[in-house]
Amino acid sequence: MAERLKLTGVSKHFGAIRALNDVSLSIGEGEVLGLMGDNGAGKSTLVKIIAGNFRASGGEIRLDGEPRDFHHPKDAQRAGIEIVYQDLALCDNLTAASNVYLGRELRRQFGPLRIVDYKAMHRRAGELFAQLKSETRPRDLVRKMSGGQRQAVAIARTLLSDAKVVLMDEPTAAISVRQVAEVLDLIRRLRDRGITVILISHRMPDVFAVSDKIAVLRRGELVANKATRDSSPEEVTGLITGAILAA
Amino acid sequence: MTTTLEQAIDQSQHRSLLSRIMSVQVFWVFLAAALACIALSIITDTFATERNLFNVTRNFAFVAIIAIGMTTVIASGGIDLSVGASVVLSAVVVGATMEAGYPIWAAAMFAIGAALLVGLVNGILIAVVGMPPFVVTLGMLSFARSMALVLSNNKMIYQFGPDHEILLWIGGGSTFGIPHPLIALIILAIIMSFVFKWTRWGQHVFAIGGNENAAVMTGIPVRGMKISVYMFSAFTAGVAGILMVGWLGSVTTNLGTAMELTVIAAAVIGGANLAGGEGTVFGAVVGALLIEVIRNSLILLGISTFWQGAFIGSFIIIAVAFDRIRRLRGQD
Repeated sequence: MAERLKLTGVSKHFGAIRALNDVSLSIGEGEVLGLMGDNGAGKSTLVKIIAGNFRASGGEIRLDGEPRDFHHPKDAQRAGIEIVYQDLALCDNLTAASNVYLGRELRRQFGPLRIVDYKAMHRRAGELFAQLKSETRPRDLVRKMSGGQRQAVAIARTLLSDAKVVLMDEPTAAISVRQVAEVLDLIRRLRDRGITVILISHRMPDVFAVSDKIAVLRRGELVANKATRDSSPEEVTGLITGAILAA
Repeated sequence: MTTTLEQAIDQSQHRSLLSRIMSVQVFWVFLAAALACIALSIITDTFATERNLFNVTRNFAFVAIIAIGMTTVIASGGIDLSVGASVVLSAVVVGATMEAGYPIWAAAMFAIGAALLVGLVNGILIAVVGMPPFVVTLGMLSFARSMALVLSNNKMIYQFGPDHEILLWIGGGSTFGIPHPLIALIILAIIMSFVFKWTRWGQHVFAIGGNENAAVMTGIPVRGMKISVYMFSAFTAGVAGILMVGWLGSVTTNLGTAMELTVIAAAVIGGANLAGGEGTVFGAVVGALLIEVIRNSLILLGISTFWQGAFIGSFIIIAVAFDRIRRLRGQD
C-alpha cells in the first residue's frame, strides 16, 4: 500500500506550552487511522496542523512523498486534504445538493448570464450519495435530515473535491446508534475509494469498528501507533489515561 | 414494493404541489389579503373604484420596493434600520440638486449615490469591523437623517428646476393606467426573484443567513457579500426616495420617518425569518400589500385611524405564530 501521509517529528508549541512533541506517524492510501486521546492531549492541534490551520513549530509533513508546508487551510484543501467539521458546516435552510456545492456552485450559460445549474447539481449530488450508499435526496432541505444523512452531505463535499485525505472530527459524537452505523459505513466507502481517513473520536467501539490503525496521544506525545488488530479497547484506555505508558 | 437506492435518491419531496404551497407562510398571507380585498369590494362601494385601487397600489409600492431590499438583508441574517433615513437623504439630495438646476438624471445619480454610500458604510462597519447590524444601522438612521436636515437646512423643497415636470411624472404619473412606482416595483420584483433563485449571489445570501460559519469555511466571500447586501438595501431606499418626491411634489424632512418599521413588518409578514436564511421577494410584496389593504380598509370602513397600529401589530404576530404552530406540528 502506497504511503499517503507521513509526519516526522512534528512539534507545536504555543509559547512555553508544548502542545505536540515529536510526533511521527504514517498512513497509507485507503487506510483509516483512529486518533485517540483525552481532552487536551493534542488531537485537535495535530489535526489543525495537517489541515493548515496551524503551522508546525518543527518537523516535516509529506503528502504522497512530497514535503508540504501549509500556511492556510486553502493550501491544504488544494493539496487534497479536507476536514469534515464536528458541526458539519451545513446550511440548514438549503437543500442537500446546494450544501454539497456550497461556494462552488455549478453554473450554465443562460443568454448573457451565468445561472446556477440546479439540474446538474442535483444529478451529481445524487450520484455522490449513491456512491456513499446513503439514502439522501439532493432536493431535500438539510433541516429535515437525520444525523447520518447530514454526515453524508458533509462527506459528499469532500468527494466532490477529490480529496486524498479526509479528517473527521468526532463524526459519531451526537447521533443515534442506528445513525452511527450509517456513518461508519460512509467511512468504509471513503476507504474503498482509496481515500485516507483520519478519525478523531472518543468512542472506542466506533474506532475499533472501522480503523486499520490506532494512534494514541497523551499530553502531546504519541504513546501508541499500531494496527488495530494488535490492540484492544482495554489497552487503549490504559494508554489514554496513562495507566499504560507506551505500546 | 422495494425501491432501489437510486430510486430513493431520485425521489423529490413526497408532497403534492398543493401541500407544498399550503406550507408556505406567504400563501396564507396572500389568502388573507385577497379575502380582505373581496370583502371590502362587497361591503363598501368605494374600495373597488379605479381611483382607490390606483392609490392603494401606488402607496404600497414604496414600502414593497424597500421591503425587497430589507428581505435580502434579513435573509442574510442582518437587519437594516437605516432605510427610512436613506429615503429622506435620497429625497433631499434629488430635490436640492434639481433645485440647483441639475438635470434629473444627474440628480437621480447623486441621490442613489448618497444612498449607496450609506449602504457601503453600513456594510463595512458590519462585515469588516464586525459590529452588530442592529447597532450600526441604528446609528446610521440617526446620522443619515441628520445629514438630510443639514443639506436641506430643514426647508421644504418644491421647485425642482428645469426637469420639474419629469420628476412629478416619474413619481406621480402612470402609463397604461399603472402608477409608475408600481411599475418600478414589478420590474424590481421580477429581477430579484430571478436573482434570489438563479444566481450565485442569491444562493450565497441565503447560505450566509443559514450558517455564516459554513459560508466562511466553504470559501464564500462573506465580507463582500454582506457589503453588497447592505448597499442593495440602501439602493432600494434611494429609489423609493426619488419616487416619493415625484409623487408628493415636495420634499419635507419628515419623509420616511418610522418607515423602517413598516418595511420590516412587511418583510416579516411575508415570511422573512429574522434569524436569517429565509424570505422571498413575493412575500415582501404581499406583506406590504396586506399592510396597505388593512390601512385602506380601516379608512373606508370609517374606523378611527388610531386602530391601524393594533391591526398591523396583530397581523405581524399572527403571521409569525402561524409559522411556529406549523413547525411545532412537524409539517415542515
